[in-house]
Amino acid sequence: MDFLRPASWEEALAAKAEHPAAVPIAGGTDVMVEINFDHRRPEYLLDLNRVGDLDEWEVGEESVRLGASVPYSTIMDRLRAELPGLALASHTVASPQIRNRGGVGGNLGTASPAGDAHPALLAAGAEVEVESVRGSRLIPIDAFYTGVKRNALAADELIRAVHIKKADGPQQFSKVGTRNAMVIAVCAFGLALHPSSRTVRTGIGSAAPTPVRAKAAEEFLNAALEEGGFWDNGKIITPSVAKQFADLCAAACNPIDDVRGTASYRRHAVGVMARRTLTWTWESYRGTAATTEGVA
Amino acid sequence: MRVSFTVNGRPQEADDVWEGESLLYVLRERLGLPGSKNACEQGECGSCTVRLDGVPVCSCLVAAGQVEGRDVVTVEGLADYAKQRAEHGGCAFGAGAGASGSGGTSLDEARGWAAEGHDSQTGEGTELAPIQQAFIDAGAVQCGFCTPGLLVAADEMLERNPNPTDADIREALSGNLCRCTGYEKIMDAVRLAAARQGEAV
Repeated sequence: MDFLRPASWEEALAAKAEHPAAVPIAGGTDVMVEINFDHRRPEYLLDLNRVGDLDEWEVGEESVRLGASVPYSTIMDRLRAELPGLALASHTVASPQIRNRGGVGGNLGTASPAGDAHPALLAAGAEVEVESVRGSRLIPIDAFYTGVKRNALAADELIRAVHIKKADGPQQFSKVGTRNAMVIAVCAFGLALHPSSRTVRTGIGSAAPTPVRAKAAEEFLNAALEEGGFWDNGKIITPSVAKQFADLCAAACNPIDDVRGTASYRRHAVGVMARRTLTWTWESYRGTAATTEGVA
Repeated sequence: MRVSFTVNGRPQEADDVWEGESLLYVLRERLGLPGSKNACEQGECGSCTVRLDGVPVCSCLVAAGQVEGRDVVTVEGLADYAKQRAEHGGCAFGAGAGASGSGGTSLDEARGWAAEGHDSQTGEGTELAPIQQAFIDAGAVQCGFCTPGLLVAADEMLERNPNPTDADIREALSGNLCRCTGYEKIMDAVRLAAARQGEAV
C-alpha cells in the first residue's frame, strides 16, 4: 500500500489521474473501517485532509457550495438556516466523534443507500461538483446514484463540492433506527417545501438500491396543493391528500429484507415518515409563512 | 513510512508505520501510549477517542499518515491539557455552578465524596484533570475500558459548554459506549465536574 499526500487540489487530481484505483480518504469513517477489518486493501490511499478548500463553504444567492470535507458538525452549527434538511440529517449521523470527521463528500463517494445526507440532498435539490485533470462537471443529484454503492464518478474524478439549493421553505428529515445515536438508518425520509416554485421534493434513504425521490408522490401532491389553492390559503392539508401522498411515497420504495428490517416494514415506515414530515413542514409553512426552522 | 506529529505537547516520530495503520495503533503499539483503548475498530464505541487539533475523533478511524504535522491529545495528556487550559484561561469558564435539573445525585451529596488521585494506580503521582477526579469521586468507573474515551469526550464538552444540561451531556457522550455502569454514575461525574468548574471561577 502507498499513502499519497497531495498538498493541493491540483496535486490530488494529478495523483488520481496517475492512480485511478487510489481510494480517496478524508474523514476515514468508511474507509478505515474497511481497512481495519481487512475488507479492503487498496493499493493507494489518497489523503485529502491537506486539501484545505475542501473544508470550506460559500453561501451564494441561490445555493450553498459545500466543500466535500466540511464535517457534519459544521453543517449542523453553521448552515442550519440555509440547509435545514441537511442540518437535521447531519445531526442523525453516528456520534459527535464521527460528525467531526465525516462529510457529505464521503457519503456521496460511498453512495450507500443508507447514507444520511442523501434524502436531504434529493429533497433540497443539489448538484455534485466533480473534477479530474480532464476538467470539471456538475452532476445533478438525481443522476448521481447509479446502483448499490455506485455513483456517476469516472475513475479519475474526485468530488470537490456539492451545490445545494438554499431553503426557500420548511424542510424536514426523519430516520428510523433502534436508538438515537450511532445507528445506520433502517430507512429515512427527507422532505422540502419550495414555496417559490410551489413544489414539494422528497428523498428516500435505505429503501431502494439507491437513494430515490418519490416522484409520483411529488407530482400528486404538487397538483393537489395547486388545485386546492393551499399555497395561498394556507389551509390544513386534508387527511385524504396526506394519505395518498404517503401511500405513493411507500410505493416508490423498492426495499429488501435484511437484518435491520423487512421490506414491508420499510415500506410502511416510509409512508409514516412521509405523512409526518409533510405535516410538520406544512404546519411550519402555515404558521410563519416561510420559516425554515426544523423540528428536531 | 515515517509519521511525525505532536502528542500531548511533545514532538513524536513513529517509524515503519504501515500505510493502512490507524492513529490508534500508532499511539498504542509504537508510542507506548495504551490509554486510548482498542475495542470496536469501527468508530462505534468511542473508547479510542482523542483530540486531533482540538477536535474529538475516533483514533481508530484516522489513518496514521493523516496526522503528519498535526496535534494529538490523548487521555495520558489530559491532566496537563486541562491544567494549561485553566492557567491560560484558554476558554470561557464561567456562568456559575451548573448542578443541572433532575439528576440522580444532588450536588451537596456529591460534594461529600472525595477520593485520592495521588496513588500509583490512578495518577502516577500527578494531579488529575478535574474530569478524572470527578469520575473517581462519583464512582463512574467500573471495568474502566470506556473511561479514557469518555474522559476525553466529556472534558472537551465542558470546555465548550461549561454549564451543560443533561441532554447536552447525553449528546456529547452518545458516541461512547459503557457496558458496566448504565451511564448514571457517568452522568453524575460530568455534572460534578461542571459544578466544580463553575465554583472555581
